[in-house]
Amino acid sequence: MRDVYIIGIGITTFTRLEYPLSEIAAYASMGALKDAGVTDVDYVLVANMGSARINNQSALASAVVDTLSLTPAGAVRIENGPASGASAIKEGFMAVASGMHDTVLVVGAERMREVNNLEATDFVATLTHPMAEYIYGVTLPGHAAMFTRLYMEKYGVTERHLAMVGVKNQNNAMLNKDAHLHQKITMDGILDSPEAFTNNPWVAEPIRFFDCCPVSDGGAALILASKEVAEASGKPMIRITGIGQATDTLAVHERPEPTDLMAVRIAAQRAYEMAGITAADIDVAELHDAFTILEIAESEEVGFFEKGTGHLALERGETAIDGKMPINPSGGLKGKGHPVGATGVAQVHEIVVQLRGDAGERQVKDARTGLACNFGGFGNNVVVSTYARED
Amino acid sequence: MAVDLEKILRPVDHPYPPYPAKYMTLASGETLVIRQATRDEVPTLLKHVAPLVFVERDYYDLVAARVYAELLGWYHHRMQDEYVLVAQIDGELAAIVNGRSVSPKRGMSLHTLAMRRGLRVGAHAFAAKMEYHIDILGQDEVLVVAESPIGFRRWMIEYQLEEVFDTAHELGGVPSYSLTRELFDRARNSLVVGRRPVPEDLLAKAHEAILPPSDPPTPPADLLAATRAKYDATGSALILQRWAQDRSAEDA
Repeated sequence: MRDVYIIGIGITTFTRLEYPLSEIAAYASMGALKDAGVTDVDYVLVANMGSARINNQSALASAVVDTLSLTPAGAVRIENGPASGASAIKEGFMAVASGMHDTVLVVGAERMREVNNLEATDFVATLTHPMAEYIYGVTLPGHAAMFTRLYMEKYGVTERHLAMVGVKNQNNAMLNKDAHLHQKITMDGILDSPEAFTNNPWVAEPIRFFDCCPVSDGGAALILASKEVAEASGKPMIRITGIGQATDTLAVHERPEPTDLMAVRIAAQRAYEMAGITAADIDVAELHDAFTILEIAESEEVGFFEKGTGHLALERGETAIDGKMPINPSGGLKGKGHPVGATGVAQVHEIVVQLRGDAGERQVKDARTGLACNFGGFGNNVVVSTYARED
Repeated sequence: MAVDLEKILRPVDHPYPPYPAKYMTLASGETLVIRQATRDEVPTLLKHVAPLVFVERDYYDLVAARVYAELLGWYHHRMQDEYVLVAQIDGELAAIVNGRSVSPKRGMSLHTLAMRRGLRVGAHAFAAKMEYHIDILGQDEVLVVAESPIGFRRWMIEYQLEEVFDTAHELGGVPSYSLTRELFDRARNSLVVGRRPVPEDLLAKAHEAILPPSDPPTPPADLLAATRAKYDATGSALILQRWAQDRSAEDA
């Protein structure tokens, strides 16, 4: 396989975007093309989960490639639930690594705010088991609540730990101009003051309002390229060193131990093996914190901390931007936002920003390696990828 | 002669007890003070409300225009038994709520206009308004309507308001919902918060000046594309329509 590099990145603000979905994808792509200094690509991969359902638009890749005037490049839409973004990166990686293409645009985009939050919640819930879960009214917050309750009982995680993740990530987002939530929150305001329960009510006990990511619109894009193209671009040499993907049962209740995120663990192992590294080699990580508990659980499954001790590392400040293992300096899904199809691409966008040293106030000092964990379904389809700056 | 006519035009307000100010901590850690506004403060409030009349997002335009009119009506003594509460953070205006008393036993909720979003400021101010009607004025019910989906979620769903559709609300004559004393009592523990008395320095700051909102809602970048069109979700037809309108205007 050939080495694959990321030579261009682009992103829209994550918020409620008031222009068409294909333009959301196009703006992010234009940013990436400009950043890479290229005007043409061989192949376009568009990650998106819900265009046909939410935006009444199918064949999104055809619309995006046309909007960008990139015809006749090949173009495909990748739908793999919330892991669509990283799945598209994986397909793009293989397209370049195989030698089939030299330059690939990977763009993720979602416009979820076109519908109200009830419809958006229902749309996301369609990724659950149709006969064993969805028909009984399961939602992702419901899944997260059950998972959190088990985690609390088994490992001693408390509401305070969950709130600490929320405060950390939402306040990191204050340093990210493209983040959805530019609203500082404090432990006093969401947990300790007499008004905290009203400010931060239960969504699905024990999950509270500020334990959940917002529903966002947004797009993010990357230009993947072969080594020859990357060297000619003059951009920092950020290489995709490893990509691992793994799946688990669709219905969560079929897992022997529901608190065990096997797909995260195996995807990470596969990525490390491919990169020839261990978790200890990672300088900065973007984990899929759609709910605060997931940052804690994923930080353990990817090997940063022993199982059941992620919340203790959080307490010690190890996951802060200036901590030993900085997690979600972008604000994560919690603060930056979660336009589902764009999320996996946006995580890698942040890793590239960090490895280039362009993250400003949220820069992780001396970051040379990074990891992104894109968590699909409720842990049933996960992609973990690793990156390194080589120059 | 003019003085006599003014006596006819001007309704007589009933002497209702004032709303006792309260304060609370927001999710941001900031302190919100909710207090009763005075008629003298209306010109300042109008200045801060006026820009929102042109924010065609989440019905801010409609609500701001109506609040503007209601404030003006109150200022010029053309509304009977109206009151206005303001929510402030460090003096900065965060929300305005108003209402009036229809009778000693029935209140009429008028508007809730939040200038700071994402912190339940509007919800806290609405709760204060209901508290005024039920606890301070001793009324049995408050008639409520929503003009936006956000309002519907906050009032009708969160408080589980009763439908009293045979009673027209003063806002547009639309069917009313009712917040009864029983419903308010049920919501009291979860939705109605705040501490009294307000520390002197906080209250003094709030009274010193009503400062303009620092991060008010802004109009969408592209109004037509922002319009939610269920069957043309891309908004492209609306953009084409706008271009056609622009061309027509140019031709004219």
